[in-house]
Amino acid sequence: MTVVVRLSLAQFRSYPSLDLEVGMPVVALAGENGAGKTNVLEAISLFTQGRGLRRAEFSDMARAGGDGTFSAALVIDGEGGEHRLGTGLSAPGEDGRALRVCRVDGAQAGSPAAFGEHIRLVWLTPDLDGLFRGSAGERRRFLDRLVLAVDGSHGARVSALERALRSRNRVLEEDAGNRAWLDAIEREVAEYGVAVAAARAETVTRLAALIAETRDETSPFPWAGLALEGEIDALVASLPAVDAEDAYRGLLAAGRSRDRAAGRTLIGPQASDLSVRHGPKDIAASLASTGEQKALLIGLVLSHARLVSAMSGLAPVVLLDEIAAHLDPRRRAALYRSLAALGGQVWMTGADPELFADMPGDASLFHVTPGRIVRQR
Amino acid sequence: MADPAGPEIQRLIQLLARLPGLGPRSARRAALHLIKRRDQLMGPLADALAVANERVVSCSCCGNVDTTDPCTICRDARRDPSIIVVVEDVSDLWALERAGAVPGRYHVLGGVLSALDGIRPEDLAIPRLVERASAPDMREVILALNATVDGQTTAHYLTDALAGLPVKVTRLAHGVPVGGELDYLDEGTLSAAMRQRTTF
Repeated sequence: MTVVVRLSLAQFRSYPSLDLEVGMPVVALAGENGAGKTNVLEAISLFTQGRGLRRAEFSDMARAGGDGTFSAALVIDGEGGEHRLGTGLSAPGEDGRALRVCRVDGAQAGSPAAFGEHIRLVWLTPDLDGLFRGSAGERRRFLDRLVLAVDGSHGARVSALERALRSRNRVLEEDAGNRAWLDAIEREVAEYGVAVAAARAETVTRLAALIAETRDETSPFPWAGLALEGEIDALVASLPAVDAEDAYRGLLAAGRSRDRAAGRTLIGPQASDLSVRHGPKDIAASLASTGEQKALLIGLVLSHARLVSAMSGLAPVVLLDEIAAHLDPRRRAALYRSLAALGGQVWMTGADPELFADMPGDASLFHVTPGRIVRQR
Repeated sequence: MADPAGPEIQRLIQLLARLPGLGPRSARRAALHLIKRRDQLMGPLADALAVANERVVSCSCCGNVDTTDPCTICRDARRDPSIIVVVEDVSDLWALERAGAVPGRYHVLGGVLSALDGIRPEDLAIPRLVERASAPDMREVILALNATVDGQTTAHYLTDALAGLPVKVTRLAHGVPVGGELDYLDEGTLSAAMRQRTTF
């Protein structure tokens, strides 16, 4: 089991400095709104690719009134022994740009991907509450984060696809007669597009299989039915990758004037959607009640954590922001049981310490006030 | 706050600060270093800059920089004239020359296609490449471009532009770096290496 045994922050958000010794499998942070609970989860969420659970700019994470830099360090204890991980924002160099720093055991790491050797993270924040009723774009972003947790190169693939698509849109807008240039760009769009769609399909298939295996009709967290919807997803599901690339390229070439009029590329992984159904009721997740949607989302995130554990061999550290408040005592107890069965460490936040009263014995509870965290049990 | 040095020294610092990799602080240090070592460094550097400024030209054949036109590489009779290696920039040409890996001659494109940065086909030395590749004794064009979206888009564009000619168009292999361990490679590189495996 991988657990964070120590978290140190300097000049991060509301914390001029913080040194928190933990080590228990369950960590609860209680405190008033605005006390800085989510900031702690956000600091941990920086130990993977991307911009953390708020998707904020790094410069915004530095404490207001500080020098613009910040650092976050973890000591983790896992099967390979203790490791020290560090990240943060350096002072601006001569070119005026501050750089993200990543360190593993005191040595500079090239990118945050290096943290994936030691720690995997899964999180759920209140921002995702409207996921099933929200836009397809939000669900794609959610899905890409699921893929990234099991496939570290997915982020680079998605960025490359976005760049290729923006290039295509630009040439369609400014130089649509240049067919040779469009042909060349569309080869890249097709290559990355099929790679992105295939990686998503693989994760969805594995996750759906895991959900089918562990499905429990009596669980308070209903099982989810998952499917990818989109023209490119249908191509990838029915053809070998090379043929899917050719077919997608054909669709792109045929759709140039339509895409030009629309100002964007209408077919591709950027137009796909993750369809989620409430399994036991067999209805679209968006039609379930608000409470059911929350339970469904928690069930999905727990299944994903199991998948990460099975695929990477590292039980993930799970970050659950403001989650207990939305659950009745029965669901809370079931959540604690599921988290214990997962075998990883979990960090939870909530305004009311009473919400954590029924936590298992191997839990620590901290009281958070602005800039300060004190252990309660 | 008044400048601690006169306008001539300020100008030197400003110009040095425009060099890649140098900011204002390093430029001040470099300027001071030059001033302290006028005879050993500043004088010879000034002379070298003047000579380079006067004599360096772009090779009308391949786009390399040299003091002669055609450049030393294009004039080298030992190089195979039937092979052209296409690179984005002179720095890539220098990197390949350091490796001593190129039996033929080069073609410097002067960038890669980038719709987002406003670099269009007509901004690159593509017609000249097609002209060179059309020479009767030409056998192979090797595309040594970066494995980025823009680099590979350019490679596709050039492949199409050269498609009608009787030359073989190849590109550099993607795969396991020399001295690299498989366990540390990303999946994309590994699967490219597997696809492009060679007989041992």
